[in-house]
Amino acid sequence: MATRRYDIKSYSGFLQITLLCLFVLYAPLIVVAVYSLNASESIAVWEGFSLRWYADVFTGSESAKFKVAARNSFVIAIIAASVATTIATLAATAMVRGGKFRLRAWSFGLISLPLMVPEIVTAVATLIFFNSIGFERGLLTILLAHIAFCIPFAYLPISARMQSIEDTYEQAAQDLYATKRQAFTKILLPLMLPGIISGYLLAFIISLDDFIITNFVKGAGVETLPTAIFGAVKQGIKPNIMAISTMLLGFSILMVLISYLVSRTDKKP
Amino acid sequence: MAGGATSGGSAVTDTYKEARNWLLLPAWITLGFLVLAPVLLMLVYSFLTKEFRGGVIWEFSLAAYDQFFFDRGLFGDDPAQIEWTYIAIFWRSIWQAGVATLLSLAIGFPTAYFIATRPEKQRVIWVFLITIPYWVNLLIRTVSMRFLLRDEGPLNSFFMATGLVDGPIHMINTNFAVQVGLFYSYLPFMVLPIYAAVERYNFTLSEAAADLYANKWITLRHIVLPAVKPGVVAGCILVFVPSLGSFLAPDLLGGAKNFMIGSLIEEQFKGNAGNWPFGAAASMILLTMVLIILVIYARAQARSDKEAG
Repeated sequence: MATRRYDIKSYSGFLQITLLCLFVLYAPLIVVAVYSLNASESIAVWEGFSLRWYADVFTGSESAKFKVAARNSFVIAIIAASVATTIATLAATAMVRGGKFRLRAWSFGLISLPLMVPEIVTAVATLIFFNSIGFERGLLTILLAHIAFCIPFAYLPISARMQSIEDTYEQAAQDLYATKRQAFTKILLPLMLPGIISGYLLAFIISLDDFIITNFVKGAGVETLPTAIFGAVKQGIKPNIMAISTMLLGFSILMVLISYLVSRTDKKP
Repeated sequence: MAGGATSGGSAVTDTYKEARNWLLLPAWITLGFLVLAPVLLMLVYSFLTKEFRGGVIWEFSLAAYDQFFFDRGLFGDDPAQIEWTYIAIFWRSIWQAGVATLLSLAIGFPTAYFIATRPEKQRVIWVFLITIPYWVNLLIRTVSMRFLLRDEGPLNSFFMATGLVDGPIHMINTNFAVQVGLFYSYLPFMVLPIYAAVERYNFTLSEAAADLYANKWITLRHIVLPAVKPGVVAGCILVFVPSLGSFLAPDLLGGAKNFMIGSLIEEQFKGNAGNWPFGAAASMILLTMVLIILVIYARAQARSDKEAG
């Protein structure tokens, strides 16, 4: 075949736009990370490199507030992600391994509901719900709301993983006189582990990052990291906020990196 | 008994058949009580009477919707006229979300196409780079944008240092800042579905077009674009829908003059002028708009699936 004069796949300018896209996505994050290392009291001028604002986060005048907020955030994220992942794993087993059944489509709709309803609407609805049953707002209301909206985020990678595992392994186990329970716990769950870890980490980040729903259902005086940061930013962006943001940003990226590396083991079961 | 197939009727399927309702029960309970029931309750609340300083009185009333659509004067006894304040806020939200969607499409399509035409091993890395920012806290990303766009922020310092402008360009607290913020928040949602569609695209079609003397841009417009349209539509919805109800970008980047639906709703539950039924009604109207978009999308999707066989 004659060679073409040009490559039909590539368009001039697309590489540049892709680089622009990455620049747009990363530039604000990098700018904040850089300015968090600024020695100056003012966020407007650069006075040289320093870690003083990181020290300020842990020992400064607002450190007590941030410590409580961080502890709340992490405790809620750990519990919410654990419960949501358990619920999602059980649900995925029924949805993927349970054959065709009447409630399947409805169940899928219910599981993906938090993804379809705008977050602010879920926030309003949850607030109204807790209020109408007289449930006092506080850490527990935040936790319950987080469990609910974390379920679809845990469910998606878990069910994707389960679909990629053929059920021949469980059949073989049962042919060899494993009980149903053993086939589930000894065969299916270990094979599912990368999907479960991936789902757990995503649910964890989603919970850790949530602002809107938390802001609605939290009680007065109860803060998580995002609501504390939002409150502080309303008074003006201060260097210590940039330091705390940079740490949270780094933590999220680390989690996604781990989730990605774990799910890569999917390729070779 | 063994049977190797993974089809619906295998032994394992039977194992979970009895258990499946029990396995789904925790999800039903959690999501039923914490998402579905609250949304239905919100619908009820939108038809109740407001109580001052938040909360409701359990008395049926259409006041919330009436307040949204009609102006009856200060004492409520003038002839009803259309109330434009809230319709204007909804219209601004649609406009802002639309501009953000178009911006994302303009940048997202070429990016997705470029990534999908890389060698397979490189693609994973490109996609990963696009996904990372999505997982970074939306609040922090919006705050970063606010920091960047300030009058005395790094972007203006850069413009002034290069001599492009004499004084700072005022960007923060404008419509433009909100559009940029929304675009920045949801850009990865545009890239990923288009990428998935282009990756499945059969490039022999482009070759056929080239053999028939179509130039590259005609090929892109008339061959590639129709083939990847489902991905483009999915991307647009994934950017438009969350932009429509967003709270952080208009609140942190738009200031008081650039109110969107999200801020209107939030104000009803936070501020002193709290009106819960009105907030519930505004939420219901937003939810209805979103559901209409999703239903139209699902129908179009089902139709094109049928046509594709």
